[in-house]
Amino acid sequence: MRNHDRIKAFFTLLPSIVLLAVFVYGFIGNTFWISLTDWGGVAALAEEPVRNYAGFANYAELFAGFLGGSFRQDLVNAVFYSVSLLAGAIGIGLVLAILLDNKPCGEALFRTVFLYPMALSFIVTGTIWRWMLAPQGGVNILPTYAGGQPLRFRWLSSTDTVLQFDWQNLLEIVCFLLAAILIVWGFWLLREQPRKAAIRLLLPGVVLGGGTWLWGDLLPRALFMEEMHGLNLATLGIILATVWQYSGYTMALYLAGFTGISQDLRDAAMLDGAGATAYYRHIALPMVRPITISAVIILSHISLKMFDLIFAMTGPDNGATGHPALNMYLTTFRANEFARGAAIAIVLFLIAATFIIPYLISSYRQRRGGR
Amino acid sequence: MRKLITLCYACAALLLLSAPLVSAKELSGKLEIFSWWAGDEGPALQALIDQYKAAHPQVEVVNATVTGGSGVNAKAVLKTRMLGGEPPDSFQVHAGQELIGTWVKADRMEDLTFLFKEQGWMDAFPAGLVKQIGTDKGIWSVPVNIHRSNVVWYVPENLKKWGITAPASWDEFFAVAPKLKEQGVVPLALAENWTVNHLWESVALASLGADNWDAVWAGKLAFDSPEGVKAWELFGKVLEYTNQDASSLSWQQATDMVVDGRAAFNVMGDWAAGYMATTKKFAPGTGFGWAASPGTGGQFMFLADSFGLPKGAPNRDNVIAWLSLLGSREGSDAFNPLKGSISARTDSDLSKYNDYGKSAAADFGKDRIVGSLAHGVTANEGFMNDFASVMEMFLKSRNAAAAAKAAQQIAVKNGIGK
Repeated sequence: MRNHDRIKAFFTLLPSIVLLAVFVYGFIGNTFWISLTDWGGVAALAEEPVRNYAGFANYAELFAGFLGGSFRQDLVNAVFYSVSLLAGAIGIGLVLAILLDNKPCGEALFRTVFLYPMALSFIVTGTIWRWMLAPQGGVNILPTYAGGQPLRFRWLSSTDTVLQFDWQNLLEIVCFLLAAILIVWGFWLLREQPRKAAIRLLLPGVVLGGGTWLWGDLLPRALFMEEMHGLNLATLGIILATVWQYSGYTMALYLAGFTGISQDLRDAAMLDGAGATAYYRHIALPMVRPITISAVIILSHISLKMFDLIFAMTGPDNGATGHPALNMYLTTFRANEFARGAAIAIVLFLIAATFIIPYLISSYRQRRGGR
Repeated sequence: MRKLITLCYACAALLLLSAPLVSAKELSGKLEIFSWWAGDEGPALQALIDQYKAAHPQVEVVNATVTGGSGVNAKAVLKTRMLGGEPPDSFQVHAGQELIGTWVKADRMEDLTFLFKEQGWMDAFPAGLVKQIGTDKGIWSVPVNIHRSNVVWYVPENLKKWGITAPASWDEFFAVAPKLKEQGVVPLALAENWTVNHLWESVALASLGADNWDAVWAGKLAFDSPEGVKAWELFGKVLEYTNQDASSLSWQQATDMVVDGRAAFNVMGDWAAGYMATTKKFAPGTGFGWAASPGTGGQFMFLADSFGLPKGAPNRDNVIAWLSLLGSREGSDAFNPLKGSISARTDSDLSKYNDYGKSAAADFGKDRIVGSLAHGVTANEGFMNDFASVMEMFLKSRNAAAAAKAAQQIAVKNGIGK
């Protein structure tokens, strides 16, 4: 009987397994294969295009080639963009959720108001915000209503860059970042598991950081020429628009989580003398941790796939606000460099995977452990 | 064997002879026209379709438009259709290398030399134009319209107020620009990224001259030659007199700056004439004035929209009838006054055009014709895409030598230079 069920289940799932295998995994594989060829340039669109195996030449060109500069800038932009979006949307969403969780009057109205931007498409959001952030209008003339001077900041066209670094020193920077993460993590765990923290995290962190500090010059240069990248201030406008659109969404996620916590628990905490701050810090937030994780995953995904909003706000060839997804589209469908476009797509896919796979592994482990 | 070859020739000759007969016989079926002419340009396309329908009532015309300026979206859709083996009957494409580099090199287009000969277009179109839209292997598309890229726009009254005239060279411009700046007027209005490339081609043409400009695209003169570096240096100097917020403006907003008196000049293609005359209701000549952009007098930098015949088009005969209409005097004179461009033919009926069109048509007949980079005549799509990154690099670093070197690298990569 049990076997019979299994066979039935298998046949029920078969269509979606086949479709997924072909249209998702097959196509990912095909994209990867294309990225290893030299498909592009003139005659790229011939009926039987010539494609020769080229190994990882496309990737090498993207990360260390003379003409990959715009891709590298886009990648740096995407990192800053993702981090700012995560911090902004989760931070603001959380604050809004806590405020609404305390049931102010008109709570339902505010909830709708905050969630409403989610209902807009990115193209609409982008167009509206492009107008609002125009140099001589919108946000910049807000202070004049209060009798002040209009702002001069060019939200979408500023050419200033902060936090600049030289791509040549990429390996050193990555080592320092890793060391910093290890050390911070080590201090975090120091009180609970001092032994593990010291041996597994603090020591390697200090060694790595110190080693890079002392012998960093020996690390190979990531590029043969100096190339500065950094946080372009023109991306601030785009970050602002995305945070505006998504903080309502994270608010709704958190609010659902907070409402799910039983009132008894809250009352008990209050009886034990916990104030509002202590309640959220020690009880509510740890309980909605799964929500935080899913918010991080969803938002990081959105920021890595972002295309339409940027396209609507600053258009295609705007290096200061570029994004790998936009670059991928232009490289593939405007420049006809199909292999290079595929390589960019695979890089994006791998970055997205670094967010997803740890999550999948941990949830899989939890499920097995729970059984 | 010889007989067989003779027979083949005879058949081919018969086929060529029968081509005019084909267009004379009653056509039926469908004709799918793929373009990015929606919005403002829609009525002009419709005028052509109406003419076609009147001549061939049995043919069902499918007007497939994909919106988006300069065809950004249309081109991507077209590529997926062609890759998927489902070509439209005829599609809009910028004449020149944008067509040749992408579709002709990929062996997707039919040679139209037979149609040019049969319709007498070899004499009706200027020889310089026919050279730019063809290769040594054939002629690949029928130009519907001609736009001019190297035009500087201004408001005559404002210039009088500021006590200046339209500059004939960039040196003249640099002489008046500081004065304008002191009065709080932007000397040269500039808009988002592609208009920067557009300005570059006018400046580079002035710096290089027409012969060197052609030599660069033929791969005979390197971008990083002293002449090439000089063009970038001049461009850097010109940029110092443009507005700071350029990258957040559309080209219309840059034109508005001139119209409102916030800026003195604007280098833009002659679709700006259509915008100012039709949308803004200014009279050509008095409300707004124009001249060849500084240092390019006597040169006509053109760009053209054209239609071609893809291999494997489902309704070939209908397409040939469509292309014949596009190249005809009646067809182009129906389309161009509405589109705000001029006809590619030298014998068009000028009474149908406004004052700007008349002046442009006169220049087109006598000026040296060179191709535009920003609008796809001189370079293939790969180069144009990479050039956008080079421009970004230059805007950030303002390093003329580095930009010239990078431009040479992408030229080599895209098969233009050696």
